[in-house]
Amino acid sequence: MALSASDSKIHHTSAIELRGISKFFPGVVANQDITLDIYAGEIHALLGENGAGKSTLISILAGLHRPDAGTIIIGGVERRLGSPRDSLLAGIGTVFQHVLLAPTLSVIENLMLGGSWKNKLDKESARSRFAELCGLLAVTIDPEALVGSLSLGQRQQVEIMRALWRGGERVLILDEPTSMLTPQGVIELGHVMKRLRENGVAIVFVTHKLREAYELCDRISVLRNGAFAGQINPDHGSGMGEEETIEQIIRMMFDKEGQSDSTVDNGGTNVAVRNVFADSQTRSISVAAKEVSTIALPGECGLSAVSFEVARGEIFGIAGIDGNGQKHLAEVLAGQRDLATGQIELDGEDISVLKVSERRDRGFRYLTDDRVGEGIVSDHSVATNLVAKSIGENPYWKYGFTKWRAIFSFARRQIKKYDIRTPSERTSIGRLSGGNIQKALFAREMDDNAEIVLLNKPTYGLDLQNIASARDRIREGASRGITTLLISTELEELIDLADRIGVMYQGQMVGIVEANPGSENRIGSLMTGASLN
Amino acid sequence: MTSRYINIGRVSELARSAIRIIAPILLALVVGGLILVILGKDPIAYYWYVVKRGLLSWTGFQATLVRTAPLLFVAAGLIVAFRAGIWNLGVDGQFLLAAVLVAAVGSPLNTIIPNWAMICICFILAATIGAIWSLIPAYLKANHGVNEIITTLMMTFIGISLANVLIKIPFNDPATTVPQTVTLAVEDRLPRLFDTIIHHGVILGLLSVLFVHFLMTRTSFGLNLQVVGANPKAAVHAGLNVRFLTYVAFGLSAALAGMGGAVEILGVWGTVRADWDPAYGLLVVPLVFLARFHGIGTIAFVLFFAVLMIGGESASRRLGVPTFFVLVLVGLLLMFLAIVEYLDHRWRQRTT
Amino acid sequence: MSELLTETFVTALLFGSVTAGVPLLLAGIGEQISEKSGVLNIGLEGMMLVGAYTGFCAAYYFDSFWLGFLFGGLGGVSVAMLMVLFCVILGLNQIVIGIALTLGADGLTALLHHFQFSRTYPRLSAVEPLVIPVVGDIPYLGEVFFHRHPVVYLAVGLVFFLVWLFKRTYVGLNLQAAGDVPAALDVTGVSVRSTRTWAVLATGFLAGVGGAFLANIGAGIFVPHMIHGAGFIGIVLAMLARGHPTWVLYGAALFGVSLSLTTALQVAGFNIPTDVVQMLPFTMVIVMLILLGRNSYLPAALALPYIRGER
Repeated sequence: MALSASDSKIHHTSAIELRGISKFFPGVVANQDITLDIYAGEIHALLGENGAGKSTLISILAGLHRPDAGTIIIGGVERRLGSPRDSLLAGIGTVFQHVLLAPTLSVIENLMLGGSWKNKLDKESARSRFAELCGLLAVTIDPEALVGSLSLGQRQQVEIMRALWRGGERVLILDEPTSMLTPQGVIELGHVMKRLRENGVAIVFVTHKLREAYELCDRISVLRNGAFAGQINPDHGSGMGEEETIEQIIRMMFDKEGQSDSTVDNGGTNVAVRNVFADSQTRSISVAAKEVSTIALPGECGLSAVSFEVARGEIFGIAGIDGNGQKHLAEVLAGQRDLATGQIELDGEDISVLKVSERRDRGFRYLTDDRVGEGIVSDHSVATNLVAKSIGENPYWKYGFTKWRAIFSFARRQIKKYDIRTPSERTSIGRLSGGNIQKALFAREMDDNAEIVLLNKPTYGLDLQNIASARDRIREGASRGITTLLISTELEELIDLADRIGVMYQGQMVGIVEANPGSENRIGSLMTGASLN
Repeated sequence: MTSRYINIGRVSELARSAIRIIAPILLALVVGGLILVILGKDPIAYYWYVVKRGLLSWTGFQATLVRTAPLLFVAAGLIVAFRAGIWNLGVDGQFLLAAVLVAAVGSPLNTIIPNWAMICICFILAATIGAIWSLIPAYLKANHGVNEIITTLMMTFIGISLANVLIKIPFNDPATTVPQTVTLAVEDRLPRLFDTIIHHGVILGLLSVLFVHFLMTRTSFGLNLQVVGANPKAAVHAGLNVRFLTYVAFGLSAALAGMGGAVEILGVWGTVRADWDPAYGLLVVPLVFLARFHGIGTIAFVLFFAVLMIGGESASRRLGVPTFFVLVLVGLLLMFLAIVEYLDHRWRQRTT
Repeated sequence: MSELLTETFVTALLFGSVTAGVPLLLAGIGEQISEKSGVLNIGLEGMMLVGAYTGFCAAYYFDSFWLGFLFGGLGGVSVAMLMVLFCVILGLNQIVIGIALTLGADGLTALLHHFQFSRTYPRLSAVEPLVIPVVGDIPYLGEVFFHRHPVVYLAVGLVFFLVWLFKRTYVGLNLQAAGDVPAALDVTGVSVRSTRTWAVLATGFLAGVGGAFLANIGAGIFVPHMIHGAGFIGIVLAMLARGHPTWVLYGAALFGVSLSLTTALQVAGFNIPTDVVQMLPFTMVIVMLILLGRNSYLPAALALPYIRGER
């Protein structure tokens, strides 16, 4: 496909023209003077780091935020998008990054949501519209199924349908749609987008993944620090080679060359670390899971007979598409969830029935992927959060009494050491940015007594700077001899960091692969269950 | 440089806290005054009379302090529950049942054991009864995730009825015409301070709030409870035993409410009549909120409220403004508090 | 025991059950509407109180039961408007505001009563029932169920109307989404704020009518604090009914019978404390909760304010 796909059919009429859009939040310039044209019948990538202003721009187009300056011209007419309704009426449909469907309603009810109370609830015509959209998108979903019972991929398909249901005939915005999808799902999404493009819909595809933008889109606009940083036009792109184009985009995203090497490039910067352990024959087993199974509630993916062993000081990657049992695996290892059968061993000792705190006493640390939901207590101070997993222990408690002064000075040291950007150690941690919250969690888990750390998607949702520093931290920990279990959905990250990679598929560990740059395909096919058949 | 920054921050923080508390009070008094004007009463005279009788006259002030005793215990119980994220709206049932049991056993016990021992046993009994009455909501919340608002409300309804049943049948004093428990003789009640009418329960009430405040802010146990309250998932993640802590928080909260019942009986009434239900719980909930669960602030608000109650009771006899007016003031106070909090929050967001 | 089973006793008991149950029913289904939309309305008791007061005043001064109900409903709406302002628009804590409204309404209505009626204690005349033909002639039951003020029939009809509304209309879908995933509703172009506003106002109206019923038909008089926990029972009913209006009907019937039984036993001269009977329905519910031990279904976003664009 690549950029040459663009010559199929391009209408050179503007679907939306943004003129000088600015949006200011307290202390932050989210969008600054963005001028952008989006044409009918094109797939337009909006690329940029986290915090580059993509989400704000999308929110403005979806009617969730009002711009502080600038105009939006739709179909040649200036429009005010004051609410989601205005935006729908203007023909803009949006698929948000976080699935916004009511789990207690059926698929068809979710799609019908938002009708006026004056109208009759007409299920029949809704069904025929549903069938029509199923045909258009080439998907099959039971309209009467409760959304709560669907897989993430299916929910996203329902989201796309809803975006097209009312409005969306002019512009369809997809905000980071591939983060939850299987590689197969991404390909299907590509087909869906092309089908819509044939119908003259302008598709805005928001992503921070370069390669995806390059492969799926006709035109790429880059945002940096809230401002428009440049655009690669289709005719421009076709004249250039792939590497050349990508390099140009990276320049636009960061305005620095080579700075992003450690993250964008697959090159093995830590080959040395990796080989030491991979080749060692005399390593001792640090963590072992033996036939571990869990009981899953509806909507969860349990484990069935997962077994693996991790050597001391090894970085063991756990790959898999989101929702294939990683959450249960992490929780069962950390002691937050009971196992149904099987056994977990730490240095040869059976720890299956030990509580979270007892495992922690043995040097086990768990960095959760649900940072805000369970990692932090957002109303409490940074200092409290830094000690939240050792409440009552020396040296910050004596006979159960809190030594706040000591805690605060400890927190100040950690804030400096881990470069946590916060006004003070007494600030509520919920007011920090995602990257700084993650630094605080790293500070809490990778302490001096840590022997085994389990990292669940440690770089998910961070910007490139923070991703780089998190990865450095992981490498640094491993070099100190910390055994690391790294759960991630980013294959490239796993291959970069891990020694071996276990692949999860539907609650099973379907294979363990040595991590080297050539193993992507093998892991990819394991992840999708393809190699099982 | 940083230390100076923090100092300036602290000062403005304090000033802001003061405004946050004083502004709602003033607004509530002004709007309440307007209501009085509409009803044809002189608000200035009313407020002055309330302050005079509730705070400035010696007998009134003593009555005010005596009134704070049960309120302080209830407030202490609510601070524990709310800081632990538990909506214990059932303190009235816990309070009343404990009061009835204390009234029932106090007088007979006094005949067989020394007075001080009777008082100790009564407090322990009250705490136990209160805690037992919270057991079912605690079980349902900890083990089945059933919302405690409904269960504690229901337990209060059951508790009020059960208290009446107990008064009317097993604990009824046959010597009286109105159903009530036997009366504890005045000289056997909680000892008084010097030659005032203020009993020692007031001191105990103050201590209970201070104790709870210290417990919640300065101990690992309190911090654990706060973590459970603020984010139960984070508590599980940090390895806390959420189920156990839920039971403990419920039990402690209800035990304190029960002791409030004991203090009211041992200190003031000596008996419980059928259909007696002062419903202190619902009144104290707003005060604890007003003080943002802070112990010292709670004491101040309880005192303020007791002045209003005692002064309001005098004013109703003298000026013909019924005591219900105090409820209107509390309702207004809460609403203005909420608005001021909201504005403060908005202002904070704009400046950071 | 034979006296218990006399026809007059049973008829009086059932008649009283309906009279006691209707306010609970109205308040309960009202609360259900606002809970469905994600607003936990602890101010229900206050809405009923104000409804009872305004309803009684209107019925008394205009000499019309219908106007009594209308103004009762509007009285409830006036409290609901405060709830909307504080909790839906400003997004403040729903439990605190609910308690504040209940306390304030309790004080205010008692205060007004003190200045207005505390010397005269006026009473309303008995209501003129609407006798439904044919079924009204059924012995005993006809009198209990079909010799009633039309509001009774409307209240029961409303239950089935709500069943239809929740399942078969856009209003029902939107309400449910507003309570479960408000953002999902917002992005479809329907304002969460206005959905919740209308829901809370509807709650206020129904609670107000319920309060007016309690004062005008149940008692024939307004006295301070007369709601006496009926609003809280309504909240309990709505929370236990898991979104089914018919369950509220059953619950209201159960509580109505027990409330009526307490009076009926007193009238019949029985010496069982009425409190035992009053305890029964709550005890039954608690026992059921313990035995079934299931989570009461509540909307996911209940008691959480919705602010557009915030995650």
